This record gives sequence, structure tokens and C-alpha cells, in this order.
Amino acid sequence: MGCLEALKPEILLSQSSFREAREYIRKNVREYHEVEPGYRIFDVHIIGVPPLYIGVEGEHLIFPYTKPCHGTFVVKVPGGEEIGMAFASRTYRCPGSLSPPKGLVLSRIQR
Amino acid sequence: MTENSNENALILLGCPQVPVQTSMALYLVHSLKQRGIRPVIAGTPAARKLMEVADPDRHYLPEMADIDAAIDEITEKRRDFDLCFVFIHNDSGVAYAGTMAYISKARVYALIFGEHAEDLAAEIEFPCEVVAAKAVHNPMPLKRKLDEVMQWAVSKR
Repeated sequence: MGCLEALKPEILLSQSSFREAREYIRKNVREYHEVEPGYRIFDVHIIGVPPLYIGVEGEHLIFPYTKPCHGTFVVKVPGGEEIGMAFASRTYRCPGSLSPPKGLVLSRIQR
Repeated sequence: MTENSNENALILLGCPQVPVQTSMALYLVHSLKQRGIRPVIAGTPAARKLMEVADPDRHYLPEMADIDAAIDEITEKRRDFDLCFVFIHNDSGVAYAGTMAYISKARVYALIFGEHAEDLAAEIEFPCEVVAAKAVHNPMPLKRKLDEVMQWAVSKR
């Protein structure tokens, strides 16, 4: 079982396009951060064409998860203590995963 | 032919739901090898397994990689490619091609097929070469389009 699956993500939007996922986060999540394509979060990559967003809502992270056969899902998972690490240090990792390349978080957006 | 023996190409497989993908991927491997370009195939476990089962002695198949591992290698600057061919028949395929166009220095070719090839081609809004044909069961329309661009693809390097 992968890291993301183990966190039992809540599915906010299912089998959408990556553009629809982007718009969902932009319109429904108050705080979101722009990341580059290929940004690794937990054990998955953020896939698509910029701009791509990761949202923060309380103790949870909200981000698009693209599956080759089933489209893009917007998932919500507990971020816990690592939310602060994610965007403060510009790295985000789960146990056993590789660190993402530095500098992939482009900007912080808050409405 | 080995005139391009230092060059390599990533072949990114999408969901193997549409039959022509596996056939065209093997044909593309052949075409690249003919031109002395070393192919690497990345894809989902199912997409790779379809190819591995069809070629158990690995007469045709080159190096195979997990799709996420390949993306990690590129984003972490541990590896990159000269050419990248992305098989696309749904929105996820477009998303992966867009990601490759962004993270890799490779010249990206979007190989678009399936029932909605034209609609998907219209969604491409990032730098790449589009090769699109409405091919589902019969690979020939996509093969003809690919043949047209292959010589040009190699000569551009």
C-alpha cells in the first residue's frame, strides 16, 4: 500500500481533468500554493500543466492526484506536523519517499 | 545504424485501455533502434506487463522503468532524455505530456490516438510536437503519422 493510500484520502473531486482539479482548488480552498509539475507529495507527483496548486485547510492538505487510467482526483489528507515543513522548508516528504527537488514550490496564494 | 548512438528516448505509456498503444510502442522501439537511439519505456505496471508478456525473451523490449521513478529521476536531475514520446488517449495522458514538457529538456512528441484524438489534440497548449490519429484497434493511421515525423524527429537532433 502506498503512502497516500495509507492516509485514507477523502475524495473531493473524482475522475476529472487536471484543469478541473486546478479550478476546484482555486475556487474552494482558501490557501493554496503553486507548485511545478512533477512536485512530489507523499508518494505521488503533481501532474499537469502550470499552474498547479496544493491547498492547505486547517490540518489537511488538498491536492490533485492524477491516475493514468482514471483521470485526476482532488484528495484531502491529514497533513499533521508536516504542513509547516512542506512550505516553510520547501520540502515535503513521507516516510520512505524521496525528497522533492528544492525550489519547486513557486508561490503562496491566500484569498 | 548507429549514427545517433549517444542519444536516448523516453517512451511514456499511458493507460493500456486502447489496443493500439502496445503495438505502436513496440513499433516505436523498433524505429528508434533502427536510428541508433536507445529507448527506455516507462509506464504503469499494467502497460509494461502487456509488453513484457508479449516479449518474454526481451528480443525487442529495451530498459523498462516505473513511471513515477522516471519522473523522479528527471525532476532530481539524475537523468534526462533527448526525445520523449508520450502516448495519449485521455486527459491524464495530456497531463503527463505537459509535465514532461516542463521538467525535461527532451523534445516532446505527443502521440495522440483513440476515439477522441482530435479533441485531445486541441487541448495541447504546451511546447511539443503533436502526432494525432483516430486509431483505436487499427494502428495504421497512427503508424503512418509517426513514420512521417520520425525522420524529421531524428534530423532535428
